[in-house]
Amino acid sequence: MSGDSSPGPPAAADEVLASLSEAVPSAEAGHSVGDHVIRVPAEDLARLAGAARDHGFEMCSDITVVDYLGKRRVRFEVVVNLLSVQHNRRLRILVPVPEGDPEVPSLVPVYPGANFLEREAYDMFGIRFAGHPDLTRILMPDDWMGHPLRRDFEVGAVPVQFKASPRVT
Amino acid sequence: MMAEPTATTDIWVSGTEAPDVSEWMVAGTDEGAQEMERDETVERSVEQRGSRVVDDWVVDDSVDDDERMIVNMGPQHPSTHGVLRLNIELEGEIVRRVKPIIGYLHTGMEKTAETLTFLQGGTNVTRMDYLAPLHNELCYSLATEKLLGVEIPPRAQAIRILMTELNRVSSHLVATATNGMDIGALSMMMYGFRERELILAFFEKTTGLRMNHNYIRPGGVAADLPDGWEEDVAEILERIPLAMRDYEDLLKENPIWLGRTRGVGIITADECLAYGVTGPTLRAAGVPWDLRKSQPYSGIEAYEFDVVTGSRGDVYDRYRVRIGEMHQSLRIIEQVVDTMPRGDYKTTDRKVSPPPRQRIDESMEALIHHFKIYTEGFKVPAGETYVAIEAPRGELGCYLVSDGSGAPLRMHTRAPSFSNLQALPIMMADSLVADTVACIASLDPVMGDVDR
Repeated sequence: MSGDSSPGPPAAADEVLASLSEAVPSAEAGHSVGDHVIRVPAEDLARLAGAARDHGFEMCSDITVVDYLGKRRVRFEVVVNLLSVQHNRRLRILVPVPEGDPEVPSLVPVYPGANFLEREAYDMFGIRFAGHPDLTRILMPDDWMGHPLRRDFEVGAVPVQFKASPRVT
Repeated sequence: MMAEPTATTDIWVSGTEAPDVSEWMVAGTDEGAQEMERDETVERSVEQRGSRVVDDWVVDDSVDDDERMIVNMGPQHPSTHGVLRLNIELEGEIVRRVKPIIGYLHTGMEKTAETLTFLQGGTNVTRMDYLAPLHNELCYSLATEKLLGVEIPPRAQAIRILMTELNRVSSHLVATATNGMDIGALSMMMYGFRERELILAFFEKTTGLRMNHNYIRPGGVAADLPDGWEEDVAEILERIPLAMRDYEDLLKENPIWLGRTRGVGIITADECLAYGVTGPTLRAAGVPWDLRKSQPYSGIEAYEFDVVTGSRGDVYDRYRVRIGEMHQSLRIIEQVVDTMPRGDYKTTDRKVSPPPRQRIDESMEALIHHFKIYTEGFKVPAGETYVAIEAPRGELGCYLVSDGSGAPLRMHTRAPSFSNLQALPIMMADSLVADTVACIASLDPVMGDVDR
């Protein structure tokens, strides 16, 4: 199939997954449309990421959030996409995050490249990454209110917010 | 009766008492003020001007050195490739710290994607990385097709490779051209854009537009290649290598160019991997990582090409890698032209593709089917997937979540320029301030891709 990018031989793949599940017992390995997926509770995310790095996943290629408002019991899901250059394979970590306390541990100590990605996730969804060195808005203006990619943040209901506009008379 | 707006000429300084803006705010005649509601606006405006907005990035007090200062570069600066702003801490002429500040081009494309059907989504993603629009479309289409589970005909796949590789050449031409201009080789700027025009003319002929094509769509491509495309591509294949010989004469051993790029902006392979830096920057650091080889997509494994790498990871190596990649892309294009299969340019799967035109005249059901696909959009099975391709700037990923309806629940783009920008503080640490523009140019960030 043309869109299939799940790499690596399945046997070797499961070995790594099994070893990761062993290191972090709360992690639950699975598959999703041909990709390897691990679900883990928020408190064990940093530990699992550390173990994954030790298993050869050198790069954190992407961190994002999905808002399942009205579709799931736990509203947010933090998605971490890891890449192993040496083993040529990918791994996706899914972390459910409740709306009431949207906090997960930061991956910056493990993957320095998570810095911008986590700032974007915070900016867009209001997920706090505990231990992030500089958790500020990155794409929206510093004084923006709300988190625009949440599904209850309406498009077009927001007045124009430019710092300069009131000053122009 | 509208009150006369008060002219306020004094500039209010942060930390002093905030001026009472409530009166003229409401009566303000400018469009921005009129659109805002009263209470909320005033409250928000005071907040915006209050001390809550702090520029925390100031010179460290513990460093007692008169030589240290913070210089702001951009967002309006010709060498920032768009609207990138850098806070640079200087010690004399040495750069000590850099903080990229982005978001000036943020247009909420990921939010927009949730309101568009899967078929319309292509028009949205193609505007992200405006120098490599076809790669954006391809990545998005591959993700959609992976969730749909449809087969793409071989001709459509070959057309996709042809178009994206041409796009890679045109994108690298701009990268080399602007890299030259930023360092002072102005002829390179003219040459690069001149040859890019050839490719854009072919794109216009094929897709109707020079950029933002919406040509590669879920299910195939929008139209077959135009008549006489072989001659056009043959001309590109003939003229670009000749022009590239000129570039080599101009830059490859040019002592000024070497002096400005050799050993400048070095980043090691380990740093690249840790910071999520991909593409030519990673390969210039010596890692032979190319998703076209390691995780091939759209049938690219059928063509022969080499992964170009550097060894030092400096600005010069990144320039060499781009030149090498252009040669390799032309090599792929040559093979695509020779082996272009016949057949359909889009899938015949009726889930995704509407019935042919003549069926619509004969059959009511076909008409309804056609109407449904273009109004509601085709339904994509629930699930989530991450698909990545090798864009000119590195790993371009698309994380797509469907809830089974006609529009995505979430579409996230892993933008290569966004992650690559994190390499800038490392490259520029303890370098000369004059090398700043060389570093930015060699990273080749596209701000539309960074901010989305």
